[in-house]
Amino acid sequence: MTNSIKEIAGADFILAIGTNTTESHPIIGLQVKKARRNGSTLVVVDPRRTEVAELADLHLQIKSGSDIALLNAMAHVIIEEKLWNKDFVNGRTENFEAFKETVKRYTPEFASEITGVPAETIREVARGYAKANNATILYTMGLTQHICGTHNVFAVANLAMLCGHIGKPNSGVNPLRGQNNVQGACDMGALPAVLTGYQPVTADEVRAKFAKAWQVDELPAKPGLTVGEIMEGAAEGRIKGMYIMGENPVLSDPDADHVIHALSNLDFLVVQDIFLTETAQLADVVLPAASFAEKDGTFTNTERRVQRVRKAINPVGEAKADWEIICAVSSAMGYAMKYASVSNIFDEIASLTPSYAGISYSRLEEGGIQWPCPSAEHTGTPYLHKDKFVRGLGKFNPVEYIPPAEQPDEEYPLVLTTGRRHFHYHTGTMTQRTGALEVYYGTEYLEINPVDASALGIAEDDMVLVKSRRGEVRVKARLTDVVPRGVVFTSFHFPDVAINKLTNAAVDPLAKIPELKVCAVKVEKAS
Amino acid sequence: MSYVTLTINGIKVTVPRGTTVLDAAREAGVFIPTLCHDPDFPHFGACRLCVVEIPGMRNLPASCVTEAADGMEVYTESPAVVEARKTILELLLANHPQDCLTCEKNGDCRLQDYAFRYGVKEAGFQGERKNYPLDDSNPYIIRDANKCILCGRCVRTCNAIPERSVIDFGYRGFNTKIVTAMDTPLGESDCVYCGRCVTVCPVGALIWKSLAGKGRVWEFNKEEVTCTFCESGCLFEVVSKGGKNIAVVPKAPGTGRPLCLKGRLGLELKYLDDPPAPQLKKGDTFVEVSWSEALGLQEILPKLTGKNG
Amino acid sequence: MSDVRLTINGREVTAPKGSTVLEAATRAGIFIPTLCHDPELTSFGACRMCVVEIKGMRNLPASCVTEVADGMVVETDSPAVVEARKTILELLLANHPADCLTCGRNGDCRLQDYAYMYGVKSEPFGGEKHNYPVEDDNPFIIRDMNKCILCGKCVRACAEIQGKNIIDFAYRGFDAKVATAMDVPLSDSECVFCGNCVAVCPVGALQEKALRSAARTWEVKKVKTTCPYCGTGCSLELNVKDDRVVGVTSCQGDVNGRALCVKGRFGFGFIHHPDRLQKPLVKKNGTFVEASWEEAINLVAEKLQDIKEHHGSDALAVLSSARCTNEENYLMQKFTRVVLGTNNIDHCARL
Repeated sequence: MTNSIKEIAGADFILAIGTNTTESHPIIGLQVKKARRNGSTLVVVDPRRTEVAELADLHLQIKSGSDIALLNAMAHVIIEEKLWNKDFVNGRTENFEAFKETVKRYTPEFASEITGVPAETIREVARGYAKANNATILYTMGLTQHICGTHNVFAVANLAMLCGHIGKPNSGVNPLRGQNNVQGACDMGALPAVLTGYQPVTADEVRAKFAKAWQVDELPAKPGLTVGEIMEGAAEGRIKGMYIMGENPVLSDPDADHVIHALSNLDFLVVQDIFLTETAQLADVVLPAASFAEKDGTFTNTERRVQRVRKAINPVGEAKADWEIICAVSSAMGYAMKYASVSNIFDEIASLTPSYAGISYSRLEEGGIQWPCPSAEHTGTPYLHKDKFVRGLGKFNPVEYIPPAEQPDEEYPLVLTTGRRHFHYHTGTMTQRTGALEVYYGTEYLEINPVDASALGIAEDDMVLVKSRRGEVRVKARLTDVVPRGVVFTSFHFPDVAINKLTNAAVDPLAKIPELKVCAVKVEKAS
Repeated sequence: MSYVTLTINGIKVTVPRGTTVLDAAREAGVFIPTLCHDPDFPHFGACRLCVVEIPGMRNLPASCVTEAADGMEVYTESPAVVEARKTILELLLANHPQDCLTCEKNGDCRLQDYAFRYGVKEAGFQGERKNYPLDDSNPYIIRDANKCILCGRCVRTCNAIPERSVIDFGYRGFNTKIVTAMDTPLGESDCVYCGRCVTVCPVGALIWKSLAGKGRVWEFNKEEVTCTFCESGCLFEVVSKGGKNIAVVPKAPGTGRPLCLKGRLGLELKYLDDPPAPQLKKGDTFVEVSWSEALGLQEILPKLTGKNG
Repeated sequence: MSDVRLTINGREVTAPKGSTVLEAATRAGIFIPTLCHDPELTSFGACRMCVVEIKGMRNLPASCVTEVADGMVVETDSPAVVEARKTILELLLANHPADCLTCGRNGDCRLQDYAYMYGVKSEPFGGEKHNYPVEDDNPFIIRDMNKCILCGKCVRACAEIQGKNIIDFAYRGFDAKVATAMDVPLSDSECVFCGNCVAVCPVGALQEKALRSAARTWEVKKVKTTCPYCGTGCSLELNVKDDRVVGVTSCQGDVNGRALCVKGRFGFGFIHHPDRLQKPLVKKNGTFVEASWEEAINLVAEKLQDIKEHHGSDALAVLSSARCTNEENYLMQKFTRVVLGTNNIDHCARL
């Protein structure tokens, strides 16, 4: 996030795109509700009429995957009606002319045909966004899990720069991260092309710095493979061995059967987790890890706030904290890793990572700190890009609408989109085992529009088969106009409704994010 | 020494012959609730809360007075046992004030612990209730006979010191009560306020006056100290709240002639910033006395100060 | 902002103009009991526990809704104030179950605190008493309206923190009650079981179902930590008894204040679930068998080393975790790059 969570309540215009905020991020949802009570305008862009859409002044029920057409058309209106922020664009950005040229053809009428949103509504939203004093854009996977996911984000950033709605309190571009420490895992360099703090592995001086600190001669310079490429490599036999810590790709990744095939094809798989997940069942060795309650450490949240995790109980059984296990494996392989406590590991991180340099466990006792925090005196950074962007000038990246990789056709006439439920989380490993959440919300269902359902002869609670080109699942039907005609929805929380057997592994070429939000399916009543 | 092996809730445990089932269970890490049991004065068997099920035995025997035998099978939480305990608790609560709201023992009361553990919310029986006046007749101990469950632990610990032996059971049936000789208030008895009875009372029948109204038990911190006024080495607790020491209370007697008022007063003087003035009984009434008198130093102190000064 | 000067219990105190007498006293370290007041919610002025005596004012004003004024002379513990508070407590207790014995909130209850503070015993022979059934048909929250003192904090928390307006006052007079629309159980309402009403309830009317049946309040140790679910990073307190997490309660978080969602507050049961892995497992002939740590670690080290030597570093890959800590992710990428010798490391940031 460029801004802090609490700043959302101070925005007078909120554009929420592909985020079911009140269900997936309930506490961030509270800030959205607070903003509404303070009189701000809320516009929600989502194919589904989600809970947050119900709260909105305007709900733009767009066709899945048509976000760029909408965002470009908004920019078109803002430029045409001279509502753009000339000072900001002239002073702090570049490549505006190219952007202007690209959005020229995205008239609201043109975009209306692609998105299904009335042209006048697009105009109204564009004006509202441009004229607001503080406007914030919230988004999650509804925007990014498309083959054009990166371009969608560019389109959002273009819009924010056009109006100067970035680099100040309450105004910015705010992706809401879905997992407790997905921000931290990225910050820590658990990525194929960067070390900690996004320092590229391709930069010689970066590798030299880390090699010296880690007391080795050299580090690999060639960027590694992403998850999807790793699975591909495993399936093709190029990847022979894998070490998976605390992830369940069998349920979370697209095209599950392909993932199972890939992992089964390995010579050796070690999985480290708190449960024997669907992924762990494929392993040669399973290492029992401690849960968050059983270890010390830090998580970094979506607003870049580093916060303490504190050990409350001893690990159950013989389980060990993940960091202790990694140290043991590393030492057994001849590279001694020894830390007296996790705070020593954190100190090593701070010494190698400029954005974390000023953070320490003793400071975190006083409360969380938002990076960048370059020195021990620095109080942290509530919002980014205050006077300049990281690269200097903000660059407009003109992008064009491209349709989803898989479009409904005669054989597979419906669009399947996936997401989360309020009472569950991710692949359900934890929330299916709480003695409470799964008791209250124990059965998953497929949301289908009553008009589509009646055409297919499907009634409420009927067991249906959902089929795509890659697989099928059985699930109960719920007839609801939360989804528009032509769209069906379910979550990926329930192992017995392993919806990612159906989803499309087509990825965005830049971020390699799979298009989980759109695939073509057919639904039929199960016999 | 010969040993016996028995199973308790399926756990095999081997103990010296003569060990009670209760002690064998504790050895095996199995919890059995007790009210009247006192490890220092065992084999009383009055409260029946420690009953267990032993196949082959008639009824449910009290584990505190049943000897472990070879091959014995014991079940400590079987439905019959739980049912019996619930009934006992209901009977006790039928004649116990519903006064946890302001009771000084709230949070450190066995009756409460077990009521919570077995989900006994209120008395299943309605009937006559005791209505004794509060015995507030002395500066140290408050006795509330309405809260007494007649476990007799106070009687046994008091009678362990022959020349104390101040209290015993009196009257019969519903009127049974722990009394001093002639059922006088404690202040008029021969009680020396050593506090042995207060340390063992499982409920709110006996409480320290020095802590009354000072706070709830969960607000207190306790630090164990050993008394050095004589060689018995009795244990006391310095009670603090919000970082301030507010009282010293006895915890457990040492050997010999353990726990005494003098020791406790001396520790109050030692550990409290603001100790309450000591009171001694002169004739029939308690009067405030100097610390040197309370600690029996009247003749020694002048000599010491004279030498130093 | 200009300050005003006033006297509280004989002490000169300054407070910002517009603040309440209660805020001024709290800032000066002077305690005033409250039941319906909450600094994060709108002032309600209903319970009257916080009444004080102010020279020149008729009656005893409620300090939570009385603004400070220059030269004000306030007494917070005068005989009239104490008398008033005792009467309020007696009235509340006259219709409150004498149930501390087994109440889950025993030890963490404002009504109990103040009854003890002011020496008010529960009234054994009161008048009519409520006799509502206890609502416990959902796995999260127990609602016992017999214990409700109608302070309205839950109503305001639901409206002002959660923005849901699930509950409000219903009926009149003696029958007044906090209820959902149509007075249905929470499970039949739109309630999302965030439990933020439970977090503000001063008595035992709203309780966390699992926590309050597992431990007495004085038995638990509270450990502040960060929620393991979504990326918001809410702070919460794990309640620990006998080395087991028995519940979650709110604390003051940088991000969330005291608010939590249903997963954060009630989704902790997985920690002690019997499915938890407790020993390393090694697959032999297609089935898992338990192994010692030494055996498992050595096997992992040997196999990874073997692949590295025979197929090169880039035949190895690692999936790190968005669920693990920063320290663990850091060590995992260090291990991957230094020991395995590859940059083939990723995690499910995209999923």
